[in-house]
Amino acid sequence: MHLFRWTRGKGRGTSTDTLGESLFQWFSTLIALGVVGVLVLIAIVLFFEAEASIRAFGWSFLGGTVWNPQPPLLFGAFPFVYGTLVTSALALLFGVPISLGIAIFLSELAPPWIRIPLTYVVELLAAVPSVVYGLWGIFVLAPVMRTAIEPFLQGTLGFLPIFQGTPIGLDKLSAGVILAIMIIPTISSVSREAFLAVPDSQREAALSLGATRWETTRLAVLRYARAGIFGAVILGLGRAVGETMAVTMTIGNKNVISVSLFDQGQTIASWIANNFTEAETPLELSAFIELGLVLMLMSLIINIFARLMVARVLRRGEGAA
Amino acid sequence: MAIKLSVESLSAWYGEKLAIQDITMDIEDRMVTAVIGPSGCGKSTLIRCLNRMHETIPKARVEGKVLLQGEDVYASSPVSVRRRIGMVFQKANPFPTMSIYDNVAAGLRLNGVRNRDELDKAVLGSLKQAALWDEVKDSLDESGASLSGGQQQRLCIARALAVKPEVLLMDEPCSALDPIATAKIEDLIFDLKKDFTLVVVTHNMQQAARVSETTAFMYLGKLIEVNNTRELFERPREALTESYITGRFG
Amino acid sequence: MKLPLDRDTWRHWIDVAMGVAAFVCVVIAIIPLGSILLEACIRGLQSLSPALLTSTTGAGGIVNSIQGTLILILLSALVSLPVGILTGIYLAEFGKNRLGAGVRFFVEVMTQVPSMVVGIFVYSLVFELGLIGLGSPRLVFSTISGVLALSTIMVPFVARTSEEALRLVPIAVRESSLALGIPRYRTILRVVVPSASSALVTGGLLGIARVAGETAPLLVTAFGNNDWFRGLDQPIESLPHTIYVWATGPYVAQNQAAWGVSLVLVVMMLGLSIVSRVVIRLRSVSR
Repeated sequence: MHLFRWTRGKGRGTSTDTLGESLFQWFSTLIALGVVGVLVLIAIVLFFEAEASIRAFGWSFLGGTVWNPQPPLLFGAFPFVYGTLVTSALALLFGVPISLGIAIFLSELAPPWIRIPLTYVVELLAAVPSVVYGLWGIFVLAPVMRTAIEPFLQGTLGFLPIFQGTPIGLDKLSAGVILAIMIIPTISSVSREAFLAVPDSQREAALSLGATRWETTRLAVLRYARAGIFGAVILGLGRAVGETMAVTMTIGNKNVISVSLFDQGQTIASWIANNFTEAETPLELSAFIELGLVLMLMSLIINIFARLMVARVLRRGEGAA
Repeated sequence: MAIKLSVESLSAWYGEKLAIQDITMDIEDRMVTAVIGPSGCGKSTLIRCLNRMHETIPKARVEGKVLLQGEDVYASSPVSVRRRIGMVFQKANPFPTMSIYDNVAAGLRLNGVRNRDELDKAVLGSLKQAALWDEVKDSLDESGASLSGGQQQRLCIARALAVKPEVLLMDEPCSALDPIATAKIEDLIFDLKKDFTLVVVTHNMQQAARVSETTAFMYLGKLIEVNNTRELFERPREALTESYITGRFG
Repeated sequence: MKLPLDRDTWRHWIDVAMGVAAFVCVVIAIIPLGSILLEACIRGLQSLSPALLTSTTGAGGIVNSIQGTLILILLSALVSLPVGILTGIYLAEFGKNRLGAGVRFFVEVMTQVPSMVVGIFVYSLVFELGLIGLGSPRLVFSTISGVLALSTIMVPFVARTSEEALRLVPIAVRESSLALGIPRYRTILRVVVPSASSALVTGGLLGIARVAGETAPLLVTAFGNNDWFRGLDQPIESLPHTIYVWATGPYVAQNQAAWGVSLVLVVMMLGLSIVSRVVIRLRSVSR
């Protein structure tokens, strides 16, 4: 065993050893700090670039609805913030129940032999690149939405403003659906971990009272794990907010604010993806970067909040939120 | 002596492993039956078969009969069985996200009781029966996990009693508790047997001698001897029983 | 306590219904996956041809995209794997204090930075550095720029998987080495890291597979190129970028061909995943 070669050949506790000791530790610490430094650098660079736009528009940037690259130069983020919020909300609306259903199935109901393969399959959803989801969205999902689902929604619930207007297929609804699919692996896997952390004694307590399997899940598991579930949902939201390609390819890319889900729209990420390289003036470029900064701050706040929640649950061990 | 629960040739497996073998015994109404034996003898498995908790383990299997007042427990739904045969576990397991009140009311709510007055009455009654009312009556909204170990166990007893079972199974209810809390629970057992049939699994022979009228001794999955408690401890019929109670093993 | 049979039956059926609902959720999630794989195979295989795989995007093929992706991920791996693994070593071996906790937290945060934001960050950085003389502003659309962007995404990911891999090594292994008088740094480098090597490799390969599919940051860094690789300072094509351009373009033949490109990309990523599994198996067999 080569371990012995090391102890026999070289002297122990020599000065080269102690030098190597501290050198290695310092080196790896430096690298690690460097990595964190890149994060700081990101913030610095973005703020630096966005400064012109921040100075020019101040807080009204967030509420501004116009993006005018010609003089008079006026840039506002609201349509994109709106699009991001709507598509993310849709993603959560569709994604959370399905993710929880999956997590419940895999942790409470599924026979042991099917658990691992099914878990793997659900995780495969996370391995598909965003651009392939976009491709599928354009050519498979959007036609189905346009010809079947959206007319159906309009037929039954058309009195609601969100289901009015001509179904296009490449619209906010489709983007929301694709986002929902993309965040399912995140929410379901974190929720599943939260469920697995629920002690069996809790389930036994419910069962011994005469609870059915679903009632046991409801009483003992879901309640106990609710902070973890909440953290999972927020993590999913964080992913949805930052998602770019699949959304860009399915949301229709029109800078409009409209209530109808059948209308096109734009998210922060998709707007940047589509138009960043077409920026005509330095101020416009600065505005794009300010947009990016807004997106990053949104994503950061959401994710930090989520991690704190999940960490709190794991640390406490018990479910009292 | 009315027989409440009757066990006939009961055997149970965890997968391939035989845990209890061919157990036949009767449990009498409104009395305390203790089940004693060294670790691994199958006493927990036995009582878990009585309220069909054993089958919640994957690959668990049961053969034989358990009759609750003549009705085959394995022919009804587990939900209805567990309503009639309640259980208290070794380590108290109150629901930490629920208040004391909600913990006790949990079983009732499952059974559809919604009326606030009815719930209030039942919670009050159960907490009194579990000798916990005085200690928690002003803090019913506090989390179930905020109590001490002994109080939590009594809370679990109250929770189990709230659905008015006929039988209460207790799986080493005091093993995680200090002597004072243990004494309180033993007193409780004395009071409870007026209204309920109790089966108490314990590894503490003195406890069995103190609280029960009938004692069953198990060893390596088999029922070695079951008898009136005094008889079993003073004049054990089997040599194995005698070895155990004189501390020669286990 | 005797109850009306109705309530119990009702509870039973709700239990069954919920079980079915949970199962349906699983099915709902698998449908898109199945559909994507199906469409990629059917439509993709139709459009795959030797011509596609040997000509450049300028001539309707993808050979430069494949080349571009390979160059980008290999260079990114070259940069990111050492940095990421070293950071992982720091976190696992020296990171038990407050500083380590802080680093861990921020590395975690970094994995969540939207990839589009990483793209415009690298763009800005390269641009400004170019203005002050380090490189040139032209470099914003170049291979180097793309590698920087992909590395920024890959490093935190690899750091996290590496830390997990090293944590899995039992303390006993470290202790027995230290007890023999082997200094800590050699213990880490010669004992701990090798014993975690298969997990480290897996983490690295997963990181590579992940950035192989990244598109958004490349839109504003690597940009795209209809020709073979022209140089580190030139724009470079990539498979995801080709998919994006062809999928959103006006030509139906191109749209169809995008599926073929997706198939190639997915196969490549699958290949990486399989390689990582083979490595694990080989490693565990040789023990």
